[in-house]
Amino acid sequence: MSALPRVAIEGVAFWHTRLPGWAVARAVICGEQDAPATSAPRPTPSLLAPTERRRAPDTVALALEVAARACEAANRPPAQLRSVFASTYGDLGISDYMCATLAGTPTLISPTKFHNSVHNAAAGYWTIGTSSHAPYTAISAYRYTFASAVLEAATQVACDGQPVVCVAFDVESTGPLGTVAPSRGLLGVALVLAPAHGESHRALTLRVEQGNAVDITAARSPAAPLVAENALAPCLPFFEVLAHSKPGNATLALSDHCLLHAQMS
Amino acid sequence: MAQPRFRPLRVTAYTVCTAAGIGRAATLTALDQRLSGLTRNDFGPSPLATWIGRVPGLEQCALPAQWAEWECRNNRLAWCGLVADDFADAVAAARERYGAERIAVVIGTSTASIGASEDAYRRLDPDGRYPADLRRPIVHTPHSLGDFVQHALALRGIALTVATACSSSAKVFGQAERLIRVGLADAAVVGGVDTLCGSTLFGFNSLELIASERCRPFDVARHGINIGEAAGFALLERGAEAGAWLLGYGESSDAHHMSAPHPEGVGARRAVQDALESAQLTPASIDYINLHGTASLKNDEVEARLVADLFPSRTFASSTKGWTGHTLGAAGIVEAAISLIALDNGLLPGTLNTEQLDPACGPQIRRENEQRRVQRALSFSFGFGGSNCVLALGRGDVG
Repeated sequence: MSALPRVAIEGVAFWHTRLPGWAVARAVICGEQDAPATSAPRPTPSLLAPTERRRAPDTVALALEVAARACEAANRPPAQLRSVFASTYGDLGISDYMCATLAGTPTLISPTKFHNSVHNAAAGYWTIGTSSHAPYTAISAYRYTFASAVLEAATQVACDGQPVVCVAFDVESTGPLGTVAPSRGLLGVALVLAPAHGESHRALTLRVEQGNAVDITAARSPAAPLVAENALAPCLPFFEVLAHSKPGNATLALSDHCLLHAQMS
Repeated sequence: MAQPRFRPLRVTAYTVCTAAGIGRAATLTALDQRLSGLTRNDFGPSPLATWIGRVPGLEQCALPAQWAEWECRNNRLAWCGLVADDFADAVAAARERYGAERIAVVIGTSTASIGASEDAYRRLDPDGRYPADLRRPIVHTPHSLGDFVQHALALRGIALTVATACSSSAKVFGQAERLIRVGLADAAVVGGVDTLCGSTLFGFNSLELIASERCRPFDVARHGINIGEAAGFALLERGAEAGAWLLGYGESSDAHHMSAPHPEGVGARRAVQDALESAQLTPASIDYINLHGTASLKNDEVEARLVADLFPSRTFASSTKGWTGHTLGAAGIVEAAISLIALDNGLLPGTLNTEQLDPACGPQIRRENEQRRVQRALSFSFGFGGSNCVLALGRGDVG
């Protein structure tokens, strides 16, 4: 149907409760080591002021961790990058708190919880923590959230010729909301995409086509069962290709009728 | 590789539904006759003492049976918007021209259908589970809105929901324009919907930003916002021969605070300048500005100074929140639509309910309506998390 120009993947980051960091995630995906037996504590959002670090919701801690690691890997100063933040559900813990409090004592809603409940909270804290005036967006597309985010980030690179950091995350659901919005553990991923120059980075070519679920790439690595219950799990086939050094393809669902073919050099 | 350049897009259809009116004609009448849609808050089981912009009758308009999976107040209001001004018919015609897979859906909201989740928590069964009628996963995600709009319009292309608080349905114009520019779509349905819910009413109350009286944007004695609900949509096309123009847009971040604007309006100023630059306009060429003008103490102070600094005295600037309330994630599309109504009809709405303008306001900010032929407008949207977006809209020849 249509393709975007090739972009360079300058930085990759990955953080899951059982795969805390891209180095360990890559090794587990490639079968070089077993996943750590225990869950890692959530990352510390060191970009924030000390008082805010403790109070930061899980979504913010997770998103800031992977965004910062991807920028480090790309050797790009974060303040200059545009950003795309994406989450299937946003902060499920805060939504549970808001709904439960509204059902009982609505006038006692915490103002901090309320302003942290917006879908763009992680993006807002990222721009505050990095002193960035560059535009961000915050999107959601249900099962298609990661595919939509990477497409938007590559579209911005194609339009503006500037690097973009693309961040996607989902956290654990709590309370009654978890029965209709199930998600386990923390899973965050980030990519720095930039205009492709030369061969020093792996290149990503995205193509959008009509198609349906039977055509999507299944996650097959030893990491798959670990992340399967997180709402962002549909991103894993993309990172399974990146974990190996050889070229590969992943086909992700982009909407009910569209597929995103991702070809990585 | 050379980047594809921004080129203006046609707005070939648009509509707006707020407490002040359903559709363009009713909205124009309300603006012209200065009829506010604000009423005393009667929403929910224990209403706060404030005023709201409530769209009447939503309780009685169930979605058509085939959309029962998406049933909730927010999608009811979305449906109300899709059928207003024959918007869905205009999309159906575009679907014939381009194909269902070539029309993107990029829709903004701040809270989507969280009201359905709030309702479920008030009616949990004895085991703490959702009531059976609300065990529908799609309405408990932020993408409830974008997914519903795509299905209701029988489109099969890219579809996503933008949720950047009060800038959401302004930023959708930028995101859709980029998809069209790189060739991933030929046209796009943009817009936004937000409905009244406990989260925003009690949430803004906890921040002490809610006014107990009718909101008074830019008034020296303003006391805060009134929350409203709204739906609005626009159809953007590259090749069309008629329609208004999306001339440009600017987006930026404040990098300052989660719930307060930058005191010097650094991000807002940058968004204005980027919008003017992409539209190849100067401040002197702007006839009308629909301001964010929420009637919160800080927003209006920062925005008034920005307008006084950047624009000539002939530019007519106002806030229309006195008609609609602050419709949050829908504010961007509501005010883009009002700007287009102003361009179409030469009616510049003033600022309703405001008695004495804050001394920070320059001569640009007006209370009274004015009839004047206009060609170029800006619409400002600034949100929580420091997300700013300014749209440049126009009529007539471009370039």
